[in-house]
Amino acid sequence: MSAAQYVISDSWEMTKRHLRQIPRIPEMFFFSLIQPIMFVLLFRYVFGEAVKVPPGIDYVQYMMVGIFAQSMTFATAGISTGIADDLQKGLIDRFRALPMARSAVLVGRMSSDLIRNLFVALVMIGIGLLVGFRFSNGFLGALGGIGILALTVLAFGSIGAWIGLMVPNAETANVAGMVWLFPLTFTSNAFVPVQSMPGWLQAWAKVNPVSIIVNACRGLFIGPPHFPVTPAIWQALAWCVGLTLGFGYLAVRQYKRAASR
Amino acid sequence: MTDNVIVAEGLVKHFGKVKAVNGVDLVLPRGTVLGVLGPNGAGKTTTVRMLTTLLTPDRGHATVGGYDVVREAESVRKIMGVSGQYAAVDEYLTGRENLDMFGRLYHLGAKEAKRRANELLERFSLTDAADRTAKTYSGGMRRRLDLAASLVIRPEIIFLDEPTTGLDPRSRLGMWEVIRDLVRGGASLLLTTQYLEEADALADEIVIIDHGHVIAKGTSDQLKAQVGGERIQFRVAEQAMIPKASSAVLDVTGNTPEIDSETHTISAPVSGGTRSLVSIVNALDRVGIEAQDIGLRRPTLDEVFLALTGRKAEESEEDGQ
Repeated sequence: MSAAQYVISDSWEMTKRHLRQIPRIPEMFFFSLIQPIMFVLLFRYVFGEAVKVPPGIDYVQYMMVGIFAQSMTFATAGISTGIADDLQKGLIDRFRALPMARSAVLVGRMSSDLIRNLFVALVMIGIGLLVGFRFSNGFLGALGGIGILALTVLAFGSIGAWIGLMVPNAETANVAGMVWLFPLTFTSNAFVPVQSMPGWLQAWAKVNPVSIIVNACRGLFIGPPHFPVTPAIWQALAWCVGLTLGFGYLAVRQYKRAASR
Repeated sequence: MTDNVIVAEGLVKHFGKVKAVNGVDLVLPRGTVLGVLGPNGAGKTTTVRMLTTLLTPDRGHATVGGYDVVREAESVRKIMGVSGQYAAVDEYLTGRENLDMFGRLYHLGAKEAKRRANELLERFSLTDAADRTAKTYSGGMRRRLDLAASLVIRPEIIFLDEPTTGLDPRSRLGMWEVIRDLVRGGASLLLTTQYLEEADALADEIVIIDHGHVIAKGTSDQLKAQVGGERIQFRVAEQAMIPKASSAVLDVTGNTPEIDSETHTISAPVSGGTRSLVSIVNALDRVGIEAQDIGLRRPTLDEVFLALTGRKAEESEEDGQ
């Protein structure tokens, strides 16, 4: 086999490792679903009436897409905790002393998390349908939106991988992977329209990558006239690919020199 | 040259101001066991991490199996087995799944990885627990699984970094048996340990590291001889007899004896073997003292360490000061 084939087979081996873990730690999967479900209930039934959206827009449609995107960004925390744990337990050392592909540990972690989060996304869509969410831009639009959500997992997962390799232990990774996600996602247009924010915050909210990803998803899931597909989709693609490559590079570089602690 | 499977020359690794390893030379001849001994923080693990391609040395170079650990790291990884201080296995996978995964990551192929996993489970008495997750294993079982994982490719060169740290005495003896078995099978082994009796029991040659330097090397016997060879040791019945007894010992041996007043034990280096034993018994007889538990004994490696470093091996750097 060539080196490139080893990258694929070794990564698949690592993906298998993590997929096997999921049913053996059911509580982790359960809690990764609980949080977005609570947000759905909170924004649908508690804050829903209080948030002013432009006329003609249904708030259920508006916030459900926000929650889809937000729950994908939470991939960061799981990945950073998992990697920091592997590092702390000496597993990363063991993998680094094997003649396996250098990128396989990270690629395997990301692909398994992608699969797990796609499942989370499907459950969230199911819950959305229950509380009144509807795809109004056709099948292809829905599929495209799910594609953007998948890329969001890779982008934020890469950030998580890098954090996991930088922090001293799994406990810190758990906090460090999560703490900035709340301000980041809540200062976006995920739950409230940017127009309702104070001026100084609007400037940030408009360029917040979460806003851009949410814009693209709204374009694909809900569609015109209120949510145009372009240019949001190109901006979102650029952000996701950029974050994935940038932080992926940093993570692989850190992996090569990471020492167990 | 060809018969040394590990050769390290002048290895140096500093972390900021900490000179973790500051010029380590060592050699592992084929088919032998090298014990690397030293207290916590002496530089043992950093040395092993450089030899196993996990860290790049700041200076110096090393070969494992004839391959340079920096330039030919990938070739080194294909021929060595490494078992670290942690039982580095995935605790959510079963013993069998762990070994199967490592076999595939060594690129053995699915069939061979599976066969090899079964073989190792059998050999390390893990067959009954093979399909339970490693989380449910005892400390000793996890270590055995960890060691099994490092033997997947039947490596000829094996690194064991503190293989028995944290194990209960019974598991430790079990691990020693496994290690002896590996050597009988022809493997060459580099073993780090904080336990002197472990190095004494397993290693052909011992290197003592402290403050990132090799401070002594040789066989266990050579190191003990370096500290002063044989000693005579005996007890007296009463505290009051100690001064008389020790002056008798001084007369015969010419050495001021060491005295433990709590246990009334007197000991001193001797050079004449059983002849000096007889002379001391006679000298004590003349002053009317009966020696109890008298005998000749060789120094322990603990005493070697104490003599070389001025502190006991179990004490860590900070404790010793």
